[in-house]
Amino acid sequence: MIHRYLKNVTTLRLLIEKCIGCGRCAEVCPHRVLSINENKAQIDDKDLCMECGACAKNCPANAITVKTGVGCAAAVITSWIRGKEPSCDCSCGDECC
Amino acid sequence: MKIVSAKKMQAVVKEVMKMSNRESCCCSADSCCSTKPITPYDKNDEWVKGEIITPKGSVPVISTNLCFKDLLGAWKVRWGINRMNYRINPGLYAVGKPDHTSPVLVSANYKLTFDVLRKELSGLDCWILILDTKGINVWCAAGKGTFGTDELVNRISKTGLPEIVSHRKLVLPQLGATGVSAHEVARQTGFSVVYGPVRAKDIKAFLNSGFKATEEMRTVKFTTWNRLVLTPVELVTAAKFSLVVFGVMFLINLFAVRAFGIRDFIVYSGAVITGTVITPLILPVIPGRAFAWKGWLMGLLWTLGFTWFSGWFATGFLLPAIGYLLALPSLSAYFAMNFTGSSTYTSLSGVLKEMKIAVPLIAVSAAAGIILLLINSIRA
Repeated sequence: MIHRYLKNVTTLRLLIEKCIGCGRCAEVCPHRVLSINENKAQIDDKDLCMECGACAKNCPANAITVKTGVGCAAAVITSWIRGKEPSCDCSCGDECC
Repeated sequence: MKIVSAKKMQAVVKEVMKMSNRESCCCSADSCCSTKPITPYDKNDEWVKGEIITPKGSVPVISTNLCFKDLLGAWKVRWGINRMNYRINPGLYAVGKPDHTSPVLVSANYKLTFDVLRKELSGLDCWILILDTKGINVWCAAGKGTFGTDELVNRISKTGLPEIVSHRKLVLPQLGATGVSAHEVARQTGFSVVYGPVRAKDIKAFLNSGFKATEEMRTVKFTTWNRLVLTPVELVTAAKFSLVVFGVMFLINLFAVRAFGIRDFIVYSGAVITGTVITPLILPVIPGRAFAWKGWLMGLLWTLGFTWFSGWFATGFLLPAIGYLLALPSLSAYFAMNFTGSSTYTSLSGVLKEMKIAVPLIAVSAAAGIILLLINSIRA
């Protein structure tokens, strides 16, 4: 079963003119949002994007932008309290940060 | 013998054990103490079977079987016990009898991750390069950047990997891609990165097919079982919060006209379980998409059902019934909303959008409900 979250929220953008068609983005996407068609990447189903940033991080041509972050309400609440960007720091105990 | 002083005692014990128990599986480690260990490990660890010599030093050879201690450790971290300190030393490990042509798999130093990986490697000869992710799993660590380009580059040079293997290829878990930039790793180390499957259980098929992953292997799932194993930690977190709530109820009972009793305990606990266990378990079949909404809906069903069957609407319990109907679905909504962090498909943009609507509603509704409940318990 495919889980679907909110529509029209993702910050994923593909700058098609920069794309060199290497296929790394399609390889790493955990929700198969991207694919390669005629030597260019394409976004098949952007509402499945969870903004993990793997595609942008592995794009050698910088053709993908996405505002990455952790989709975690607890992290967002902590960030509101501390006035910082949300991060996965719930899982690192007392010793870090 | 080049053994550092701290390990001397262990070495002596080991020698004695070796003499008395030569057949024992885990005692072959001493034959190679003339070489420096690349990866330090505790010689009491049952998952280390021995050592293998490489041009850069000795490397621990690990078992591909999980023993009782590993299973117990996994069960404990699922319940939040010792979860933040369940880790192994980063470095290089060996499976089977790897040589300079054997594949190198990269993973995280969370012991649960390590165990899930090694139990899938029986019969294989390969190297495992463990990064220092501070005891966090691959995907979360990649999100934080600890399973990242810099750590990988450093770990390659620290372990002397380029002199241990003759090829220049690393197999990374696909979910590590969030933190690792493959082209950067290639530029800085000469190693090319191949992203393997999402799940460790597909590793063998991936290696046997010449590093080809199917679409299925590349797709993250979130099965009922996946969700079930995550619920104990949610429940433990909620239980800690609930102890405070019970404490407050107890204090109110000291001067309340109508004291909180067993039925209050049940309706409250039911709402907590609805938000932390039931909603995550049946997540995909609950209508709607926002987690808070799903939790609220389930919390409302529970609270309505309980108050209805308890006859609270008919017997002068109307005030607490309305109070609970305002407070408890909000509570379930809050816990369900927090499950976004455990899910595998929510984006930050989506969570922010959901929270902007849900958090004020939850706060107002919960506050109104609590006020009604307080009025009900202290009014004459």
